[in-house]
Amino acid sequence: MSKSKEITVPDKLKGYTQVRLDVDLATGKIEESVIDPEFCRDWIGGYGFGAKVLWDELEPGIDPLSEDNILVWAIGPFPTTILPTSSKYGLFAKSPLTGMFGMSISSGSVGAQARRAGVNMIVFRGKAPEPVYFVVDDDDRYLKPCKETLWGKGCWDTEETLREEFSDQRLAVMAIGPAGERMSRIACITNDRNRQAGRTGMGAVMGSKNLKAIAFRGTKGTKVAKPAEFYKKAKKLLDVATGSATSKYRDLGTPAGLRSYNDLGMMPTYNHREGTWEKIDDNLITGEHLNEEWVVKTVACTDCPIACDHLARVPKTHSDYPNLVSSVDIELCYSFGTACGNDDWPTIFKCIELCDNLGIDGISGGVTAAMACELFEEGLITKKDLGYELPWGSTKNLVRFTREMILGEGFAGEIFGDGTRLAGKRLEKLGRENASFYGMNIKGLEMPAFDLHGMTSFAVGESVSIRGACHLRNGAYSLDRDGKFDRFAYDKPLERGKSIMGKEDGYTIIDCFIICKFTRGIYESDAELAEVYELVTGIPMTEEYLMKRAEAITNLSKCFNIREGWTRNDDHPPEKCFKTAHTKGPAKGVSLDEKGYQKLLTGYYKARGWDEETGIPTDEKLKELGLDFVIGNLKPKGGKK
Amino acid sequence: MSSTKRRSRLHKCIVVDPDECTGCEICESVCSFVHDAEFNPINTRIHRVRIEPVFNIAMACQKCEDAPCIRACPEKALDKDEEGSITVDEDKCNGCGFCIRACDFGVISLHLDNQKALVCDLCENMREEFIDPEVGKPEPQCIEMCPREAIALKTVEQIGEETRIDAVKRLFGEMLSEYET
Repeated sequence: MSKSKEITVPDKLKGYTQVRLDVDLATGKIEESVIDPEFCRDWIGGYGFGAKVLWDELEPGIDPLSEDNILVWAIGPFPTTILPTSSKYGLFAKSPLTGMFGMSISSGSVGAQARRAGVNMIVFRGKAPEPVYFVVDDDDRYLKPCKETLWGKGCWDTEETLREEFSDQRLAVMAIGPAGERMSRIACITNDRNRQAGRTGMGAVMGSKNLKAIAFRGTKGTKVAKPAEFYKKAKKLLDVATGSATSKYRDLGTPAGLRSYNDLGMMPTYNHREGTWEKIDDNLITGEHLNEEWVVKTVACTDCPIACDHLARVPKTHSDYPNLVSSVDIELCYSFGTACGNDDWPTIFKCIELCDNLGIDGISGGVTAAMACELFEEGLITKKDLGYELPWGSTKNLVRFTREMILGEGFAGEIFGDGTRLAGKRLEKLGRENASFYGMNIKGLEMPAFDLHGMTSFAVGESVSIRGACHLRNGAYSLDRDGKFDRFAYDKPLERGKSIMGKEDGYTIIDCFIICKFTRGIYESDAELAEVYELVTGIPMTEEYLMKRAEAITNLSKCFNIREGWTRNDDHPPEKCFKTAHTKGPAKGVSLDEKGYQKLLTGYYKARGWDEETGIPTDEKLKELGLDFVIGNLKPKGGKK
Repeated sequence: MSSTKRRSRLHKCIVVDPDECTGCEICESVCSFVHDAEFNPINTRIHRVRIEPVFNIAMACQKCEDAPCIRACPEKALDKDEEGSITVDEDKCNGCGFCIRACDFGVISLHLDNQKALVCDLCENMREEFIDPEVGKPEPQCIEMCPREAIALKTVEQIGEETRIDAVKRLFGEMLSEYET
């Protein structure tokens, strides 16, 4: 690899355990191997490990719910250290929701416990003959059948049962619920009760492998390359991380954004028909109201100084959900709240609990419910179909719909149980014309809490995201929010393209390390990220090298998509953003312009050094990034599934 | 804080506010690191407890006046220093774990590597390389690093007084508010 020669690595690294496990679920065989120091340096961890292994080892064109898919679990070098938010892990596979690069990141105690158990990466293959869970208990690694004990249980119950079985309340457990077991394409994985690897259907991949849960615990310590210097640096970063850079996440939590995005007309309401809501203006659905009336506690993931997790509680006296406690962030306030026209907080909390416990992604779940509400309002689905009414602002019926969608029961389950894209196709098959128009997804992944009508830069950023509609793979929403460019215009395509690329690759480093996006503001520069990497691992690192690797990793996962049949048309926001204008608010009368959008998309491809027409990386670019092994292997094989 | 002794006694210990504690475990990681130069929360002297769904706290040695752990130790390995901290004579400690059984708060454990009793020393024995040069002496690092300032070192007298003042404010808030400016 041409660029790699600049940095020589020590034989034995700190931080990384360099231990890879290969688990063949069909045969039960578990193999251990050593991850090369060069591999660590070049693919960093998390996202980078996933991208490289999926490119090298996944047969293109396979059915993601078949035994041919592989599931990669990976951490970077930081878990168990006190680098803020270091306890994160990532999952990577071909996504059953998008048919493309699937990835999902979560935290809680899993990263740290797994690090102490000594693993750095696990690759699962095949399908177990019966339901099993996988245990990494220091050097004891084994599969255990669980058809009678765990299968059918919710995620919370599974976690509690395993903790009791091990007599260890600190056992880290990643589990799927009934939704993952039935391979719902929007199924998530839950750990530590309130943390989810939610996006792109990784829970369905576990379900397809008969893998109910993964449990970790370990006793191995973590040494760092430069202990005294690292301690001093960590102290400084912890200090900054408890200051203004993270106050939004700590104080009101992410729901603070309900008001600020509403003020900008960017808060999606009524399934992205509008970008504002009077219930937000009236302080009913805001972060302030949520915290004053409902939040009882904020809790943290392991080694996180921020504690963004806001736990809301329904009072004991509530008739339907007494003493319900659930974990709220802005995405759920949007998906089951503003997007469904629902201003009843306990209904939102109940829907969150169902998603987290029974195992679907709360964003995809809520956005799918919002699609159903709009279809009901439009008369494309009826009370006769559902068995009940589902207008905007439904409460008990929204909860009922959500439960059925998760469990795959009734009309709601049959049609909507796999997300918006399949719901649209299934309804159109039933003769409900144009039903797909109401599914708010990109590449099949449901959209997060940003309305694109007046966000021309993020319209591109969210659309080019390799895992589908996502604000955590591409942070270009800040370009529109902060007014870096005219958010209603389509000028400066190349300049915008460069900024969008910068946001995307910056996030790639964060997802490789893996640390939390909420700490992106605590580092003075990318050079400081390189510095902490060096202090922990002992690998000499520079900002330039790190950012080049980020670009290579983003490119490689893009190439994965191309190999699976991606075309330029896949980088496109939903039609609704082009055809239905807001009727009020700052983006009143605004919808996206196709020609303008395509111009900006071309600008992004150009900034990337990709073919401007097709959006495919050129051989020159691939060579420059050390991705020579990709050249000649970009033809789609088997197409999208 | 003042270390004035009352009748030559000093009873101060680590106190954690459950309202502020988020359960982040940073105190545990820091405790192991400053003593061993290795992050391993199992070798901690302060222990996080999370009871789902909302309760979080961390617990460390309460520096009991008549400490059951000292009495329980068959090897007479445990003692108390001038500051009131429990000391462990590692030559005598044989890892039998009787102190763990005797402790009412569950805040003693055995170090994974040497199987000697681990108990909060208020960082008296922290490694020199981690001492902040500006401070120049050991100080409890869990307090220093807790992101929520949920951990404090307090004397029992101080704890009592703070609780009393809180109670009075709660009970006589109306009367007190008349004098607020």
